[in-house]
Amino acid sequence: MTRTARLLTLLLAVVLLGGVATGAVLHAAERSGKKDQEQAGGPPVHPGAVDLAPGHGQLVFRNLAWGPHRDEITTVPADRPDAPRTASGLTCLRFHAAAGTGICLQAEHGALEDTYRAVVVDDHLRERHAFPAAGIPTRARVSPSGHLAAWTVFVSGDSYAGTDFSTRTAIVDTRDWHLEDNLETFAVVKDGHPYRASDINVWGVTFADDNRFYATVATGGQTHLVRGDLAARTLTTLHQNVECPSLSPDGTRIAYKKRIAGASPDAPWRLYVLDLATMTETATAEQRNIDDQALWADGATLVYSLPGEYGSDLWTVPADGTGAPATLTVSAVAPAYLR
Amino acid sequence: MYLADARDSKRRSTTAAAPDTRPGRRAAAVPGTVVALGAVSLVTDVSSEMVSAVLPLYVVAGLGLSPLGFGLLDGINNGAAALVRLLGGHLADRGGRGHKLVAGFGYGLSAVCKPLLLLAHTLPLIGAVLAVDRTGKGLRTAPRDALISLATAPEHRGRAFGVHRAMDTTGALIGPLVAFAILRATVDGYDAVFAVSGCIALLGVLLLVLFVPGRAREDAPVVRPGLRDSLVLLRLPALRRLTLCAVLLGLTTVSDAFLYLLVQRRLGLSSHLFPLLPLGTAAVFLLLAVPMGLLADRIGRRVLFLAGHGALLGGYALVLAAPGTGLIPVILLLHGAFYAATDGVLAAATAGTVPAEHQGAGQALVGTGQALARFACSLAFGALWASLGGSTALATAAGALTVSALVATRFLRTDDEVSTA
Repeated sequence: MTRTARLLTLLLAVVLLGGVATGAVLHAAERSGKKDQEQAGGPPVHPGAVDLAPGHGQLVFRNLAWGPHRDEITTVPADRPDAPRTASGLTCLRFHAAAGTGICLQAEHGALEDTYRAVVVDDHLRERHAFPAAGIPTRARVSPSGHLAAWTVFVSGDSYAGTDFSTRTAIVDTRDWHLEDNLETFAVVKDGHPYRASDINVWGVTFADDNRFYATVATGGQTHLVRGDLAARTLTTLHQNVECPSLSPDGTRIAYKKRIAGASPDAPWRLYVLDLATMTETATAEQRNIDDQALWADGATLVYSLPGEYGSDLWTVPADGTGAPATLTVSAVAPAYLR
Repeated sequence: MYLADARDSKRRSTTAAAPDTRPGRRAAAVPGTVVALGAVSLVTDVSSEMVSAVLPLYVVAGLGLSPLGFGLLDGINNGAAALVRLLGGHLADRGGRGHKLVAGFGYGLSAVCKPLLLLAHTLPLIGAVLAVDRTGKGLRTAPRDALISLATAPEHRGRAFGVHRAMDTTGALIGPLVAFAILRATVDGYDAVFAVSGCIALLGVLLLVLFVPGRAREDAPVVRPGLRDSLVLLRLPALRRLTLCAVLLGLTTVSDAFLYLLVQRRLGLSSHLFPLLPLGTAAVFLLLAVPMGLLADRIGRRVLFLAGHGALLGGYALVLAAPGTGLIPVILLLHGAFYAATDGVLAAATAGTVPAEHQGAGQALVGTGQALARFACSLAFGALWASLGGSTALATAAGALTVSALVATRFLRTDDEVSTA
């Protein structure tokens, strides 16, 4: 092939491949038009005032239904989850709220790359304090009193096709804004002995009160349920193979993701409940793969997300192993009950 | 510096080199083949780093999964990639056009993986696609470096590899910018990122096919070395010494991830600035790759290779002293200089230790040795960190690196005495 022929071939390829690439980008860009249109048969969403104060019997979550209020924090009456949603105007990737305090994990689109922040909001979703977050948000929780907020993000290395992810978990006291920005610095007590390791990852905080909490600690290829003490800065292991714990309202049970041996590697996690007094585990009737931190709707029912047509849907299942899973509402994620 | 080849370097610099190096043009110019391969690497790195940059976001925000399951797959992939590299080097040496063919297959394999990501929605499937992608990378690395060596006059190989690595790193820095620009312009446009990445990767393969000559040396005899010939390569004293030194120093080179983590913790860098650390190292690598390559050609590749490890040792010392965040740029400067003084320079040094018909296998041997040694170092360093803490682990690594560097200096000096050409 002559030099001219090679250059012409290259030019042709650039034009062709450039066309395909441009088409792909335009196609993806076009979706913004569709995104702003409500999906047929989807839940109705209207803008309005959202109040996080307890006592109104509201369920709050991030609305995923397409339309102008996609990704906004919305509320519905807790007893009528399919009622029209009230959209707050605040967009969050993850959200949780209790006692008039909300924690909203947001992406900020920068020129070079996305950055993330954790925003503590008041009962009218006004920003009180924001903290930079080191990676992509995944879990958020507020303590029952509304005094503490915790969040977990994924941090990834920048190596070629880098697949080494680790987590960072932070807890802030909203009374004095004291921040523990990495729970990995807490002392770990494993099986009764002090334990140190470089591969420790902490994620999925669930609060008991304004000092005690539970979380997942992973090290050496194993996950552990730990009890955390904020004042003493310790994490004490209690049980193995527990991820994303969620404490029941009465503080006696933990709902969690359990990695099932022999399950399809495609779907290793099932939803279980652990009784803290007896350390007995009960499998729920949900047989599908659960990759979420479950939420207690009340003392007997669990809420969790599963992939759905528009990102994800919310489902419920009894916590005692009976019954069957049921859809709570579609196109929603990151729920919290405002009791 | 290039010992084994020193004997016939004069002949090669006039007749061999690149097809594009016409008589009359200064022989010092970087051969067209090297620029073409640099362009292939640049374009391919734009493509692959686009995917790397958005993959965590895609998995967590796009698919709603948690990416921790990737960790296990990653370890398996690393081991497999090292073995694939040996295979790629060996296959490339078989027959006159082998290098380009195997490299092209490797680039092609990775290119196919980009659109496949559009179809993979679960962690195991995404992991499998990434494993194939890495197989492609493993296959192409050794033949590509062999092509660069074969196209370049021995006395200019440092510069040639410097130019190649600089272009490669440029692509790695551009990739994430393109990816985030696409995400900005679209709604959840991960599919667009993967599609564009696939197009760019195909362009890279096409650049290779069109502009990289199949046979770097028209006068090279077509030899078909068997697998056994590759294995006895280690009988070449110069290659054996170089491999040994690369392994020895690799065993004491703390992985980037650990080093950045220590920098962040000991010097109190706020965690949201953490992603800037690898960016800093890459920028320094980009700026210094060519000057360091030129320097290597002048003062000797082995000398610079050792000096690079000296810079790394300086970086370790600064992290251990933990003088404050103000010195982080200096640490990154030393870390980037370490890469600039060792990465392409080692390939250039390797080229001088093996005959032309074994370039692929030779490059693979040294590269794989170094990669496996670094992997072993990561495991050991992790264990040490767990039992004794990060600073003690780094101090131990620094001590071991000093010893390794001294041993390596002794080994490599022998080579320097041979090469007086």
